[in-house]
Amino acid sequence: MELNIWRFASPQVIYPIAGRMVPVFMALAALFTLAGLYIAFFVAPTDFQQGESYRIIFIHVPAAWMSMLIYLVMAFWCAVGMIMNTRLSFMMALALAPTGAFMTFIALWTGALWGKPTWGTWWVWDARLTSELILLFLYVGFMSLHAAIDDVRRADRAAGLLALVGVVNVPIIYFSVQWWNTLHQGASVSLTRAPSMASTMLAGMLVMTIAAWMYGIAMSLMRLRTIVLEREADSDWVQELFASPACGAKA
Amino acid sequence: MKPRHKRLTLIVAGLAALGGAAAFVLNAFQSNLVFFYSPTQVAAHEAPAGKSFRIGGLVQTGSLQREADGITIRFAVTDTAHIVPVAYKGILPDLFKEGKGVVAQGQLGTDGVFQAKEVLAKHDENYMPPEAAEAVERAHKSVQQSQKTLVQ
Repeated sequence: MELNIWRFASPQVIYPIAGRMVPVFMALAALFTLAGLYIAFFVAPTDFQQGESYRIIFIHVPAAWMSMLIYLVMAFWCAVGMIMNTRLSFMMALALAPTGAFMTFIALWTGALWGKPTWGTWWVWDARLTSELILLFLYVGFMSLHAAIDDVRRADRAAGLLALVGVVNVPIIYFSVQWWNTLHQGASVSLTRAPSMASTMLAGMLVMTIAAWMYGIAMSLMRLRTIVLEREADSDWVQELFASPACGAKA
Repeated sequence: MKPRHKRLTLIVAGLAALGGAAAFVLNAFQSNLVFFYSPTQVAAHEAPAGKSFRIGGLVQTGSLQREADGITIRFAVTDTAHIVPVAYKGILPDLFKEGKGVVAQGQLGTDGVFQAKEVLAKHDENYMPPEAAEAVERAHKSVQQSQKTLVQ
């Protein structure tokens, strides 16, 4: 029998699956965070230029990568929702936005904390920092626009359009340090050449990145369940879910 | 064409148009998006005269001087082609070192000395333990040494 992937486009099908996945990804996130922080603080060596202050990289870079990746995934779901008219896609996009904004905020904040001791300033208006700040505004704009429109379908479409337009910003953030001269240094890790950092440092950063992925998946699935319940509140299956004696006590 | 395909084409075309427009706009503002000017650009009078701007490059090795008052610092910014002398009163960031990157904001005086109001360190994307950095340095020196002996 052929597996019908469209089955998973149904909120009713996804709701219990997501519920089972959340604790798994939460546990993985905790595990990888502990391992990553252990490498970051006890295994990775001191840097020859920056001493210990470089260690903020283990939070900063994973958060910055996640901020861009989550935006791309969010815009992808908005596009799918607009093309296929699938309700769940927009719910996915909406579930991702707060985690994306959180990651962007962490990237900016840790960047400021790192910039003060190394560069000598909390903030400069160079291309990398400014475009990352615009990303934060895009996330906040996406969520605010969605919240400002009462009709859910219209809110999905309007916010989705904003998300798609904002996609232009992601390559600008990524390539800003190559296209223009900036205070922010170039990428230490890229797909096209060998990483310019010691291997234990790189290992710590990658483990922390996996942790950020796991955390992002867990949080957005958790949020997705809430959004599904909210939007499907009138449907039979949600009514049944809360009418059943097992859930009755909790509901 | 199903409506679904029509919407897909529309979104792809829209994104392509948007990407193209963004590329043109960024290209048009290219000169406004530079964070700092290089000493070569300053020498070619590409930097705004009489206005505050930033210069960036490497602190020339051996150029760092502290004046008797203890807070005035003089150094030269180089991009290995041209040199701009810089004067600055204030505290330097920890990573400020000869031979390392620097970005300074201020004005170019009539005497050709850049009067900096703010000096920031620009570090590179290399991270390694001090032992590895020393090894790289040693290897670099021994290569230079052998080159010298070859020339002589």
